Amino acid sequence: MSPWLEKQLHLIDFTLASLGRRKTKNIGLLVAYTLIVFVLASLTLFTHALRSEATFVLASSPEVILQRMVAGRHDLIPPDYIEKIGRLRGVQKKEGRLWGYYYDPVLNANYTFMARPADEVKDGYIMVGNTLARERGLAAHNTISFRSYSGKLFTFEVSAVLSPDSELLSADLVLLSENDFRKFFEYPAGHFTDIALSVANPQEVRNIAAKLSSSLPDSRPILREEVLRTYQSVFDWREGIVLTVLAGAILAFAILAWEKASGLSAEEKREIGILKAIGWETGDVIRMKSWEGLLISLTAFLLGFIAAYVHVFHLGAAVFEPVLKGWSVLYPSFTLVPTIDGLQIATLFFFTVFPYTAAVLVPIWRAAITDPDAVMRA
Amino acid sequence: MLFQPAIIALLLAAGLAVVMLAGAAPFAVQVIRHWDIHSGSERQLALERRTYLFSTLLTFVLVAQLAALLLFVFNADRLSVMFVGAMCAVGTLNVNAWGFPSLIAQMAVFFLAAIWLAINHVDTLARDYPLVRIKYVLLLLLLPVLATNLWLEVQYFVNLKANVITSCCGSMFSEESKTITAEATSLEPLPALWLFYGGMLAAIAASLWHGRRGGRASGFLTALTSGAGFVAAITGVLSFVSLYIYEHPHHHCPFCILKPEYDYQGYGLYIPLFIATAAGLGAGAMQSFAGRPSLATIVPRVSARLAKLAAAGFLLFTALSTWFILASNLILIEH
Amino acid sequence: MIELSDIKKAFNQGKPNEYWALHGIDLALEAGKVTAFRGPSGSGKTTLLTIVGCLSRPTSGRVRFKGEDISGLPERFLTDIRRQSFGFVFQQFNLIKGLSALENVILPAFPTGRPRRELISAADALFDQLKLGHRSAAKVEWLSGGEQQRVAIARALINDPEVIIADEPTANLDTALSKEFMAILEGFTAAGKTVLLTSHDPLVVESSAVHRVVGMRDGRLTDD
Repeated sequence: MSPWLEKQLHLIDFTLASLGRRKTKNIGLLVAYTLIVFVLASLTLFTHALRSEATFVLASSPEVILQRMVAGRHDLIPPDYIEKIGRLRGVQKKEGRLWGYYYDPVLNANYTFMARPADEVKDGYIMVGNTLARERGLAAHNTISFRSYSGKLFTFEVSAVLSPDSELLSADLVLLSENDFRKFFEYPAGHFTDIALSVANPQEVRNIAAKLSSSLPDSRPILREEVLRTYQSVFDWREGIVLTVLAGAILAFAILAWEKASGLSAEEKREIGILKAIGWETGDVIRMKSWEGLLISLTAFLLGFIAAYVHVFHLGAAVFEPVLKGWSVLYPSFTLVPTIDGLQIATLFFFTVFPYTAAVLVPIWRAAITDPDAVMRA
Repeated sequence: MLFQPAIIALLLAAGLAVVMLAGAAPFAVQVIRHWDIHSGSERQLALERRTYLFSTLLTFVLVAQLAALLLFVFNADRLSVMFVGAMCAVGTLNVNAWGFPSLIAQMAVFFLAAIWLAINHVDTLARDYPLVRIKYVLLLLLLPVLATNLWLEVQYFVNLKANVITSCCGSMFSEESKTITAEATSLEPLPALWLFYGGMLAAIAASLWHGRRGGRASGFLTALTSGAGFVAAITGVLSFVSLYIYEHPHHHCPFCILKPEYDYQGYGLYIPLFIATAAGLGAGAMQSFAGRPSLATIVPRVSARLAKLAAAGFLLFTALSTWFILASNLILIEH
Repeated sequence: MIELSDIKKAFNQGKPNEYWALHGIDLALEAGKVTAFRGPSGSGKTTLLTIVGCLSRPTSGRVRFKGEDISGLPERFLTDIRRQSFGFVFQQFNLIKGLSALENVILPAFPTGRPRRELISAADALFDQLKLGHRSAAKVEWLSGGEQQRVAIARALINDPEVIIADEPTANLDTALSKEFMAILEGFTAAGKTVLLTSHDPLVVESSAVHRVVGMRDGRLTDD
């Protein structure tokens, strides 16, 4: 082994022993450090999981959704509208969709009702989202009644509860057949809520949207990529805001680190004096202290990150849920799919290790320049 | 678009580097004015001790800068989804005029810090610290570069406006939003190929020669060919190496090769390239001081070691790129 | 071996409490001999030893070590010379509490990057020589005064220096232990090492093991 490497091993040895000898002082710092990593890591893991959840859900949604506007308001699609679009190059499939909101006074919550082809949901049956099922105590083959907006009572049998894979967006979903949907909402025959268009080539999406808005001036196309972009930016923005709010905590932590690093005990000062007197160079002491900082950082980072992982993916991010999740009353209590992302970790590293290192740099140097003859003069 | 975690982190890193160096500047001025190695006065002792702080500080800036460089590219790639027409980091960097200048400034800070540390290293090996004044003048010169870097970054991020739906549901394509050049400009594959292998060969040859034989001229040549080799290498990656990795004849992107989809092959290329370039530049920079009597034996020794490192780095980089090309299914140039 | 010419040393230079500890010392010290510095406390003998031992630099004057002028060297290089050529035994022993005797002994060799195994066997050899083998794993704070001093001596020897510097080595020892220390000292001379010590203990200064006594007072040499 090279002497350089041996030397670093010696320094690490000494550092570990010296950390062990000053447990109480270092544990305080480690706890604060771990806590800050934990909070920040929970935040980033949670938003990232939400983001990938949204991406995952949107991946299966159509590339373009066409709405019709009347007086600047979203209106129903009249019966001949789909035909009016005609053939557009690049559009693989176009279909009218039927969906709407239903207010349930039992839970004081809004559900999304969506019509499905008859081969998926038969007349008289519904499929419900996981959260809704839990809140209303529903399971397969149970029956449930909803009073429609016209005052009539409809009874459905639950054929299945939707899989909890993408619970965030299907939480309040009720799927029913087209016939039931039209009857329940008294929806005019032949009308649709909007039109979904599938486009194979992502490069074509903008052209198709432009053509649509010129051929049907009263329509409004919504692109999946734009929705995705908006989601991303909303989540990023929220994360950024929370981080900025937490900047105070990071600063407080940096001050604590500075204070801990500069407030050397008499014992520690004496030790450094001895080391310098017996042949350690200022640079050696700085290196030894840097190893100490690095070991503390890595330990805190690892502990904090693991704790955050458990918190977010096994305990449902209890701390951040209210701040970061959607607007809906029905809070889906879901387990997020664990995703870890390099950028997130790198960013997290910058928010924790970087301020710590910057804060302890000068105190480390101060300690290291102790006079070597100090021990003789004392 | 400042409220993005990675952007806050980058600005924090750049800002802190400027603040730390600016805070240290008055002490650097003191070193320049009062340094007297022959004096045993307490002030001289204090100044000597301060030099340790500066080298630690600069090492910190260097490491942080390298990490920031990666984060910057990472983040640009991630943000590409926010901009119409941006497919990857190149698109994001092209969103406004500050993107690429900002990236280049970051690389400049990295290489300049590396050169400073190389000069610092030889200086601390000589018993009379012959380069102290020069070193601290250079340090003060580094400060405006760091400040420029911060300024460019701020400009870039402030002017980064995501194309998001603004009202509850808007449509943007109607307002004819400008599209971004999503691809980097590049050379034709064949001349790029010559430039690439020519540049690499020159850099490897010069640094090997310097590593074996030493000499000031070959030292300067090492720095020159390293710098030129870096440019040739990046041009090569843009023009054809990346195409072979993506197996796509039009995807000229120097950043996507860092992604997991391409097995992080970019790290294998860039890490040796950056280390080699920094080492080559450092080896050349210290030649300016090889004439000092106390450095007469130190500079050749250290620069030979750096040159060997540079040669190894460039060799590894060339070998890996060649291997990626040969292993690829893409055919760009008909034989 | 060591030549000092017109050595002066000031503390708190330029401040109201400026204080000159040494006022121009000229002295040549021979290799392979034991030299004792005698004088009242505050006479500057410890300050002189720190300058000779490369722990500090003179404010003015020249220090030559084996012919080379080392007075203007930066701390970095002084440390190199100190580590290679000087071993220190301090009055308070200055061992690091919480570490074992063995760990304490090998500390001065850490910056050299010698492999740990090599260091441990060197330390073990020193422990055997100083009859401390059975105590090597014990924490230093559990050792007796005499044992602590022997650990300090072993630590001074780990890098195999040419010069041993001892500051008031017997100040914390009783007569029996002091005599034991003087015996160890004679062993050093036999091994060809140079020893410099400060003391006002007659047992040390008048011992046959000491070849030369240099008197000091108020930062100047006294002739005796």
